Amino acid sequence: MTPNELNSPDYDIPEELQNVVAITTLDKIYNFGRRSSIWPMMFGLACCAIEMIAAQASRYDLARFGMEVMRPSPRQCDVMIVAGTVTKKMLPAIVRLYNQMAEPKYVVSMGACASGGGPFKEGYNVVAGIDKFLPVDVYVPGCPPTPQALVYGLIKLQEKIDKQSIKQVRWYQKGPDSVEVPIPMLGPDLIDPRRIPEIKAKAAELANPPAPAEESAA
Amino acid sequence: MTTPAPVETIDPSAVAGQKLVEKFPGAVTADERPGYSGWVISAEKLTEAAAFIHDELGYDLLSSVTGVDYLEEGKMEVVYHAYQTTGGPALVFKVRVAREDPVTVPSVTPIWVGADFQEREIWDLYGIRFEGHPDLRRILMWEGFAGHPMRKDWKEAFHEEEVKPFKSRWPGGEHIFAENRTAYGDNVSFEAGFDPEKWIPTDPEEALYASLKKYKTEVIDGIPTDHILVNMGPQHPSTHGVFRAVVMLDGENVVSLKPVMGYLHRNHEKIGERNTWLQNMPFTDRLDYFNSMSNNWGYSLAVEKLMGIEVAERAEYLRVIMAELSRIQNHFILIGMLMNDLGAYFTPALYAFEERELILDIFEAASGSRMMCNYHRFGGVVRDVPEEWMKKIHGLVFDRLPGKIDEFDRLLTENELFVSRLKGIGVLTPEQAVNTSMTGPMLRASGIPYDIRRADPYGIYDRFDFNVAVRYNGDMYDRYLIRVDEMRESLKILEQALKQIPEGPVNSQKPSYITKVPAGEAYGRIEAPKGELGYYVVSTGKPNPYRYHVRAPSFINLTSLEMTCVDEKIADFVALLGAVDIVLGELDR
Repeated sequence: MTPNELNSPDYDIPEELQNVVAITTLDKIYNFGRRSSIWPMMFGLACCAIEMIAAQASRYDLARFGMEVMRPSPRQCDVMIVAGTVTKKMLPAIVRLYNQMAEPKYVVSMGACASGGGPFKEGYNVVAGIDKFLPVDVYVPGCPPTPQALVYGLIKLQEKIDKQSIKQVRWYQKGPDSVEVPIPMLGPDLIDPRRIPEIKAKAAELANPPAPAEESAA
Repeated sequence: MTTPAPVETIDPSAVAGQKLVEKFPGAVTADERPGYSGWVISAEKLTEAAAFIHDELGYDLLSSVTGVDYLEEGKMEVVYHAYQTTGGPALVFKVRVAREDPVTVPSVTPIWVGADFQEREIWDLYGIRFEGHPDLRRILMWEGFAGHPMRKDWKEAFHEEEVKPFKSRWPGGEHIFAENRTAYGDNVSFEAGFDPEKWIPTDPEEALYASLKKYKTEVIDGIPTDHILVNMGPQHPSTHGVFRAVVMLDGENVVSLKPVMGYLHRNHEKIGERNTWLQNMPFTDRLDYFNSMSNNWGYSLAVEKLMGIEVAERAEYLRVIMAELSRIQNHFILIGMLMNDLGAYFTPALYAFEERELILDIFEAASGSRMMCNYHRFGGVVRDVPEEWMKKIHGLVFDRLPGKIDEFDRLLTENELFVSRLKGIGVLTPEQAVNTSMTGPMLRASGIPYDIRRADPYGIYDRFDFNVAVRYNGDMYDRYLIRVDEMRESLKILEQALKQIPEGPVNSQKPSYITKVPAGEAYGRIEAPKGELGYYVVSTGKPNPYRYHVRAPSFINLTSLEMTCVDEKIADFVALLGAVDIVLGELDR
């Protein structure tokens, strides 16, 4: 960050102190620190994970953005790059990992599959987009996205972080400091706990087609 | 010098089949449907016949087992492809049973352990019970999932039409969101009257842990000793993706190990049977996503066999060049990642990725994409390699890669730490390796010189002079060395191919969206970097495959994982898994 970016505009700093003193806002310093050391989770699902590793490797070198420290533990990371096809069988594990991450936490959906099912959308074991369960911050298109595209997506995430204010961020407000997503269950098919009443009503409706009254009962 | 005897073109598998008919009169018949080959064995005699095929006829390597659902005929079929490790074509035998639940077929696992996972897969996806299978659980879907999804009368939630192109998108293109078409507004379906509140969650893992129950607390020297159960994965840095292993430990030693897969099961086969023939090509890219060039080849080989077409001469060379480059980058990555697993965190992998990027540049120039090349077409390849890039391939093959392979060799092969971690660990004897259907480097590291490029040549591999790399100890160190050997052999092939490559068209066919494929079946297999990659396709003469099955080397090579890990340390399991060389996209499909 150059002094011009760091300093707040309305304060004059004497010339002899310009290399020593900076007058800035807490938000700027706070966000600068956060966005320059985003640790991604070492978490690959499918093909996109290989491009994520390629982005880490020498040619593209994510270390330039302070993102080279990939942590296998969700407790230690700031961003979850959902890199690949999300399957129903894997989904409970992904949601659990997200719940285990400490705030502030971000989700980057990498590739067509994670963003909306991609070429495998019609598959019986495929979840059509991770955003049905987790709040996604940045979508990176491509199948798989090139490392450049991923780097661009992560720069967009940095820009997003820059715009946050310490006064408004969720994790410094009163109330629960983290949003827990209910963990889906593997039954006869994938059951989303948030949609149980809906599923019940619909299944009842399918069992007795001319009984629309049951829908309102649920 | 005497003149060599005239070569008789007798198909050894036909001779073997005749012997089979003589041995089991009435129970074995030739498959005479047009376009089909092989022998149909009655289910009652299968166990005996399989023992005869293995012991007397010498077909010791059971490569592929797959199910086919002939809905209209009311039949289910299990198709076996067995090979001799001395080389030659397959003996194809089939079992046809009535399509009425419970569909049962005797298991061949007592004869070929390699059928283990494949039979579990057929049970999972087709609901065919294998009697006598030691551990018949679902393998790709979870226990409790409703239905057997590959059956032709099983429809997924997002089902729109039987075959593509869908009328909603072609030619008019009025696409409706799949979510808006389904009853539950999502990719789920429940039977009518299902009540999630009254549904009692069953533990999908119950059957898995039940198979480990036999390990109980023992009293050793007066001290009660417990076993520890460790779940590694599906999110674990050492499992190369979303693979999971349930490991039973005694102290640090592995007592038992159960692989759990299906976390990346994205329904290639179900989608593939809806796609048109050509539409499957980009899907094959996403199987083993390190080697899309080889994957394409296996599929085009199978379909070309069915179509009975020739491949353009220049395209044959381009296929060899791309496949061998792909093998080199795969083995580089494997060695780099193996070092990761051994604890040399990421530095060797960075060396590997440097070379891989250079090879990917070539793929990008040829096909337009780094990883998902989609380069092959039936009868050739999609486009030629630009002239200046041909020079780059020359530069890479003749100048850069030989030195880089030597560098890896110099840095690692005699490295004290490396050697002491690998030597003598996870030994697989030749008999075990063949019996568990290992293919590729895993088999050759155990002393069986079986390479499909030599044993059953495809493409133009019979024109090249190269050695089949083989090592004899079957331990992890040999599994590393064989990769280095293979990279050197690949370079030999590349050098010859680059010198011989002729000018000319790159496709013998006219480009077309709809491919006419005559009715019948075909099995195309190639020596992919990870082992034998086979595609079993059945055509009914329509624009879509009736059956599209992938025989994935990563999947079947894991059959021996428990065998190699037992009595080794838990830390060695990580490396042993790395040395198998798995890719989850292909493993789970």
